[in-house]
Amino acid sequence: MSKQKLIVIGAGMATGRALEHLFDAAPDAYDVTLFNAEPRGNYNRIMLSPVLSGEKTYAEIVIHDADWYETNGVTCRFGERIASVDRDRKVVIAENGDELPYDKLVFGTGSNPFIIPLPGHDLDGVIAYRDLEDTNTMIESSAIPGARAVVIGGGLLGLEAAAGLRMRGMDVTVIHLMGHLMDRQLDEPAGYLLRKALVDRGIDVRCSTNSKEILGENGKVRALLLDDGTEIPCELLVMAVGIRPNVKLAQDSGLAVGRGIHVDDQMITSDADILAVGECVEHNGAVFGLVAPLYDQAKVVAKTLLGEVDAFQPKEVSTKLKVTGCDLFSAGDFAEGADREDIVYRDPARGVYKRLVLQDDKLIGAVMYGDTADGNWFFGLIKDGTDVAEMRETLIFGPAYQGGTASDPLSAVAALPDDAEICGCNGVCKSQIVNAIKDGAGTLADIKAVTKASASCGTCTGLVEQVMAVTLGDSFQMPAAQPVCGCTDLTHEDVRLLIKSQELKSQPAVWQELGWKTPNGCHVCRPAINYYLLADWPLEYTDDLQSRFVNERNHANIQKDGTYSVMPRMWGGITNPSELRAIADAAEKYNVPTVKVTGGMRIDLLGVKKEDLPGIWYDLNQAGMVSGHAYSKGLRTVKTCVGTDHCRFGTQDSTGLGIQLEKKLWGSWTPHKVKLGVSGCPRNCAEATCKDIGIICVDSGYQIGVGGAAGMDVKETERLADVATEEEAIEWVTAFMQLYRENGKYLDRAYKWVAKVGLDWVKETLADDATRTALNTRFEISQSVYRKDPWADHAEKRADKYQPLADLTLEAAE
Amino acid sequence: MSWIDIGHIEDIPLRGARIVKTAVGCVAVFRTAEAEVYAASNTCPHKGGPLSEGIVHGQKVTCPLHNWVFDLNTGLAQGADEGQITTYPVRLDGARILLDGDAVKTRSAA
Repeated sequence: MSKQKLIVIGAGMATGRALEHLFDAAPDAYDVTLFNAEPRGNYNRIMLSPVLSGEKTYAEIVIHDADWYETNGVTCRFGERIASVDRDRKVVIAENGDELPYDKLVFGTGSNPFIIPLPGHDLDGVIAYRDLEDTNTMIESSAIPGARAVVIGGGLLGLEAAAGLRMRGMDVTVIHLMGHLMDRQLDEPAGYLLRKALVDRGIDVRCSTNSKEILGENGKVRALLLDDGTEIPCELLVMAVGIRPNVKLAQDSGLAVGRGIHVDDQMITSDADILAVGECVEHNGAVFGLVAPLYDQAKVVAKTLLGEVDAFQPKEVSTKLKVTGCDLFSAGDFAEGADREDIVYRDPARGVYKRLVLQDDKLIGAVMYGDTADGNWFFGLIKDGTDVAEMRETLIFGPAYQGGTASDPLSAVAALPDDAEICGCNGVCKSQIVNAIKDGAGTLADIKAVTKASASCGTCTGLVEQVMAVTLGDSFQMPAAQPVCGCTDLTHEDVRLLIKSQELKSQPAVWQELGWKTPNGCHVCRPAINYYLLADWPLEYTDDLQSRFVNERNHANIQKDGTYSVMPRMWGGITNPSELRAIADAAEKYNVPTVKVTGGMRIDLLGVKKEDLPGIWYDLNQAGMVSGHAYSKGLRTVKTCVGTDHCRFGTQDSTGLGIQLEKKLWGSWTPHKVKLGVSGCPRNCAEATCKDIGIICVDSGYQIGVGGAAGMDVKETERLADVATEEEAIEWVTAFMQLYRENGKYLDRAYKWVAKVGLDWVKETLADDATRTALNTRFEISQSVYRKDPWADHAEKRADKYQPLADLTLEAAE
Repeated sequence: MSWIDIGHIEDIPLRGARIVKTAVGCVAVFRTAEAEVYAASNTCPHKGGPLSEGIVHGQKVTCPLHNWVFDLNTGLAQGADEGQITTYPVRLDGARILLDGDAVKTRSAA
């Protein structure tokens, strides 16, 4: 019997592997003709990244060289496309018009990179990352001194491109639409670690970022314009946002095509004599991009061509990023679920994160970062469906470590470098404490005496004790401290200090570096961490609305029936007819059932529907009014009396000072709410002596008191200082606010915080002119972000979020 | 099932929720991760708090009124509280959110 004719379209890795199997099993079964659009044969496309980074050459990644094709008698037609396939006559027609008959035809047309149709996507310098040509373009671009690149897409391919370009010396920015990198393969904590590693190598990574337009000049790319108006200059723009099966030829030939070319378990298309393999196929609704399933398909193709029975079964796949130094591994399914259990291991010191997902005593998913040595072992357990009940306790430590102990909860402290500052008041670093312990200090009192650590405000006490625990080991008995919540063993004070000393600037950073036990916190810790981050890093951290209690998220107080109360600010309690008219109009327009005068000298509109909030805010804004923050852990009101303007006893302009203070402090976030009062004389009509900060005006100036309360506890203020001028009063009050913001525990009112640290410490700290100035400066930096009306902002930018996502009542009623 | 397209995944903030008005009342659609959504009754069985306004963590939500916590997979209240919210089939098709229209139709007397 003469040899059958086999034509293969596409010399990629899948068809290459199929031919290997075919020649191994039956070298003389077919006469093979191999077409390839790229002017070369089969090379290891996965290894293009090391070629880009310069770690490998093209020659090193060739799989089949000319010799191999010759030995196996393959007729190579590289650099030639197929124009069409005539299935009735069973011939393919090449671009040059050649007609070649076939007995069997294999499609291996691969995939095309997806190009986002942004304006400017056809500019010179905008490329995909798919083949050797793209790689060479990137290498050439990187050779130009000072060249900058933007990579759109923070997936596997995009990050490999970014890392490669960076290694070649380019300035690289990665733009990623989703909130964390490689969102399809990694969960958020692993994505955070990856981002950190890339940022450390000088790559600018921007997540949750949308591109708007590619800007050009003389037909060449000049910059990428983002949704928010930012322009990122670049001479090279790489789009790595995904691939689409290349089905054009198959479709033109009349084969059944969906997302990819439809194939059955034998890799046969809708035409019995035509097979397809690789990235161009769709099997049971799935398409494929990783090499492992493609090689499985190739095996089946060879069998089918030889008339043997085999069936392709998709298996679990695993992913590894080929960026030197970034060790990550993911396999299986790692979404959470009610019937699934998580085992999470974090070692902040080594930057290691491992998460295993179990279902019915079987491992079904694994994500690892930093230490992936056991990846393949876990992958094996997933593939084999091994029952892991017996080794569950020690599973996460890998095959070599069965029966070990649990991870050290103190590792975050152990990981601190020697020069990490533990006690900010007295400038004591970790090594000083460790040395004191080695010299014989065995108790907290000893440490205080020798180093002065924790001897001032005491906020760092917990941290000092942890350093002692780490250094002394079992001989140290840790006093029981109240952790923030069940997500961590650390106290508020510890978390806050670690956020500063380790420069943690995002919530995922806190969760990872401090070893959180839950994926993303809970309703107790999230608002606290959000506050600490925005207070400590006002410019770097973006306030996270989803970590805020409803009132602070919706800038109104929720009532028991789900409606809200709206309270505009009345500076120092002063209003005028036009404001009152606007409030009256708004109350009527939005059918406000209750209008109430509050104890804080303003007017509350109660019973407003959520959908109406942006509208009522807009109307009040138009009359010049802003949010009264009656809902916030922040500045509420500044209550005043009329002072010297009208009162016969008044000693100073208390109303004027109140307004100045309110205009300076409004919008700032604090550990708990802050209320102020300014009374014009010791008769104290503004009840300033039971406020968080209260000023009593006297003939000689201003008496500033702090730490008052009139809630669950009733407490009189204690005198902080007496000052002569309004300017000094404002400076002291602002400094106190900032000191409270920087040191207070979340949800501690000022009086609780003052009681903890001691009024003496507060007085001593603020008595220093330079410290007060520095606190004022830091407060103003924060206010540059937060002294803004959230109502105007939400009414303008987020009004749609206050409406239902959809209304199905009409459809459902039918 | 009859899947109804109710919006784009980015219409819901990460670890947030939006409501959908239906014949069975307001349904809260939660986005617990980049590409993970749940749908459940918006009404807390305790005192009727709007669950879509709660803090979303893991695959749970905390009611904004009195901190009851519900698992969105089962609808069951967590911890010492006893109660359950109705959950509804919802899924993602790419970036589109699909809610099962049959589940949120008025339940017939039969």
